[in-house]
Amino acid sequence: MSRRLLAGYLAVAVLIGCTPLFLDAYWVDVLCNVGLYALLALSLNLILGDAGLFHMGHAAFYAVGAYTAAILNTRLQLPILWALPIAGLAAAIFGAIVARPVIHLRGDYLLIVTIGMGEIVRIALVNDLGGLTGGSNGIFGIGRPSLFGWKLRRPDEFLYLIWGFVALTVFLFHRLAQSRFGRALNTLREDEVAAEGSGVDTARYKLMAFVMGAAWAGMTGSIYAAKMTIISPESFSFWESVVVFVIVILGGAGSIPGVILGAFLVIGLPEIFRGLASYRMLFFGLALMVMMVVRPQGFLPLRPVRFREADVPPEGAAP
Amino acid sequence: MSALLEIREATKVFGGLTAVNKVSFDVKQGQIVGLIGPNGAGKTTVFNLITGNYRADGGTITFDGRSLAGLRTHRIVQLGIARTFQNIRLFQQLSAVENVLAGRHCRTGAGALAAMLRLPGQRREEREAAERAAAELSFVGLRGQAMELARNLSYGNQRKLEIARALATDPRLVILDEPAGGMNENETEELIGLIRRIQARGITVLLIEHDMSLVMKACENIVVLEYGARIAMGPPEAVKQDRRVIEAYLGTDEELA
Amino acid sequence: MEQFLQQLTNGLAVGGIYALIALGYTMVYGVMKLINFAHGDLFSCGAYLGLTLLTGLALQDRVGPVAGLLVLAVLVVVLVALLGAILERAAYRPLRESPRLSAVVSALGASIFLQNALMLVYGARFQVYPSGVLPEIAVSVLGVQVPLMRILVVLVSLVMMGALYLFVQRTKVGTAIRAAAIDQGAARLMGIDVNRVILLVFLIGPALGGAAGLMVGLYYGQIGYQMGLLYGMKAFTAAILGGIGNIPGAMVGGLLLGVVESLGAAYVSLAWKDAIAFLVLILILIVRPTGLLGERVAEKV
Repeated sequence: MSRRLLAGYLAVAVLIGCTPLFLDAYWVDVLCNVGLYALLALSLNLILGDAGLFHMGHAAFYAVGAYTAAILNTRLQLPILWALPIAGLAAAIFGAIVARPVIHLRGDYLLIVTIGMGEIVRIALVNDLGGLTGGSNGIFGIGRPSLFGWKLRRPDEFLYLIWGFVALTVFLFHRLAQSRFGRALNTLREDEVAAEGSGVDTARYKLMAFVMGAAWAGMTGSIYAAKMTIISPESFSFWESVVVFVIVILGGAGSIPGVILGAFLVIGLPEIFRGLASYRMLFFGLALMVMMVVRPQGFLPLRPVRFREADVPPEGAAP
Repeated sequence: MSALLEIREATKVFGGLTAVNKVSFDVKQGQIVGLIGPNGAGKTTVFNLITGNYRADGGTITFDGRSLAGLRTHRIVQLGIARTFQNIRLFQQLSAVENVLAGRHCRTGAGALAAMLRLPGQRREEREAAERAAAELSFVGLRGQAMELARNLSYGNQRKLEIARALATDPRLVILDEPAGGMNENETEELIGLIRRIQARGITVLLIEHDMSLVMKACENIVVLEYGARIAMGPPEAVKQDRRVIEAYLGTDEELA
Repeated sequence: MEQFLQQLTNGLAVGGIYALIALGYTMVYGVMKLINFAHGDLFSCGAYLGLTLLTGLALQDRVGPVAGLLVLAVLVVVLVALLGAILERAAYRPLRESPRLSAVVSALGASIFLQNALMLVYGARFQVYPSGVLPEIAVSVLGVQVPLMRILVVLVSLVMMGALYLFVQRTKVGTAIRAAAIDQGAARLMGIDVNRVILLVFLIGPALGGAAGLMVGLYYGQIGYQMGLLYGMKAFTAAILGGIGNIPGAMVGGLLLGVVESLGAAYVSLAWKDAIAFLVLILILIVRPTGLLGERVAEKV
């Protein structure tokens, strides 16, 4: 990570940490939403940005995580934050199962299949799958989370929980990007044939991208369930998948700071124009079209910094 | 001594066209072997059969006594066969050193969890991989461009980078598909030196090339294909004299007359 | 038997509508290798324009019920076709040489734009077509009373599909479309104006989609600004089912999907009706990604 990027992250962290001092509960709540979408977009970025797999059903993984946590909490009285890793695991397993048979599909075909997958999940939730998901009303009465004996209720408390998780995710994902794993995902995006020909098990890494992305979306889902205390299928519609997809593309696919900026722009910015409520989406659609012509690489298309000259040994070392 | 790579009656049919028809040849350990023939003779198809990009419709391919049938490409790379592509396939948006590191992938093992936790083993592995990548870049003469994006390299350098990536996989056999394609005379001369240095590392080389001066200078053994079939095989001097090879390249006397 | 025939005819009607929309997807995909995400919303535009013109112009009172409906249909088809051409010019032409993903995102943007434009103009609530546009009589088919409207929907969609098929197969322009679908570069070298072909495809596809929108309005009587999403997804499924880029494939795929869905809703589960199409989609892509008629490459558009 470069010094400038680190300084940028610290500045954003300090700023967000201080917001409860001068913003009212509404705006703090907006920031919570930005954080949740940033988490979703970071997880989708592994699949769409890093591995280059067109996936537009991310809401399904989010839903599996949220519902897993909610069911564990309301049926088995498991504390909601304890359910977080289980929600992540459930979403990861689900991701592996649904991605396995379709992973060989390319581009648009994968896109359409993932949309279909997302819709099937939503319909399954509406139909009260196994009598567990509560149909279109969803699940309510999810317990408040508590952290070290401190019960979280107010938006500012959730702000710290959510953005703390964002910080952790950014830290881990930067490490991931700078590793063998992250590079393997990038080779998939660049040229699948060359990746396989260089010894990368492309099928395995495509699946791994889905598993990791789904796991993170699932964990984010459990935080969402904890914050809302009520979840219902409409929170996991096709539209949610589109929003997360758009955040990644507008921010800069493959760029961690870009994706976070994207979450601010797509989720935060429209709140500023609340007065124009009904025209917002119209402009949003228009902005997407214009953006693809003017700046298709996104606002902040930073490549991960993997090596500085100093990290690579000098000339003359024998192979 | 049995050969490192044994190809026996390899056959590939596309639709009704037999692109490769019962081709057999050996590549012995440590040799530089050339695969030549007119355009459309099926040379690249043979390469794709070896590397598992295509499934053969008949025949066997054995590497170091082991059949390659049904193996996926990355497994074949792991067994020790690395390749370059006729129409350069680099990871364009990645830097030169990252391209070479991709070749180290199959010789390293740290997973996502190890990377996120930066376990000691993972850090050591990353350091060693970077050292090796740097060494391979030096070997092909690209150490100075390590941080350049692959797409910003010149054509000749892109070909060299592909070779460095292939060498990073610890191959016992590298197969080069038209390595001199698009190179000028000086670059080709340099390339011959590079191929000989690869051989000096104990790595066997099989190459497709249209530049006959390179083939004649560098190769110890030559296999000639025409219309998907092998028409000649042997050392350069013998192949040069072969009547069918001359006909294949120049046409028959009747056609000329 | 009675229920079966009712469901079958209903499935054919819905399937005809899917097929008409699917043709738009498949033609655009054939020539440009682009999923026109906004196509479903053009279909919605057809439904809403139909409603506006029907109530606004009162054509039926002026020129009689049948002629009025015909004029209405022609107006809707022409207007939606123009909308399609504008869409191509604004959202897709600037991205001809861009990566696939850019075009996909632009198409999404166009879809969001159109959907919200409809919502702003007509409101977020469902709109209802006036009743009695056509006499609500039933016709006896094999001893079963089938609504006249349903038969008309089936017939009209079959006629439109047949006309398109003949146009693409028998005319010079149709040949140009097929040529551009197989290889744009080669088509250009043969003197085909590919830009014109693309424009044409963006006129014909939306025209059929607009007609489908009008028929949905007349058949079901109720329309919503978001209905393009579900219809669009299902029509796209139909296009893939038949083999994307393949015109007869889209027709067969649409009718098949409509019937499967209708029978599935009746005999398997009504609640899971909308999931059926997506399950079919996923299964077909796993088992036979080229679609049912996919192998006939020469027929591609």
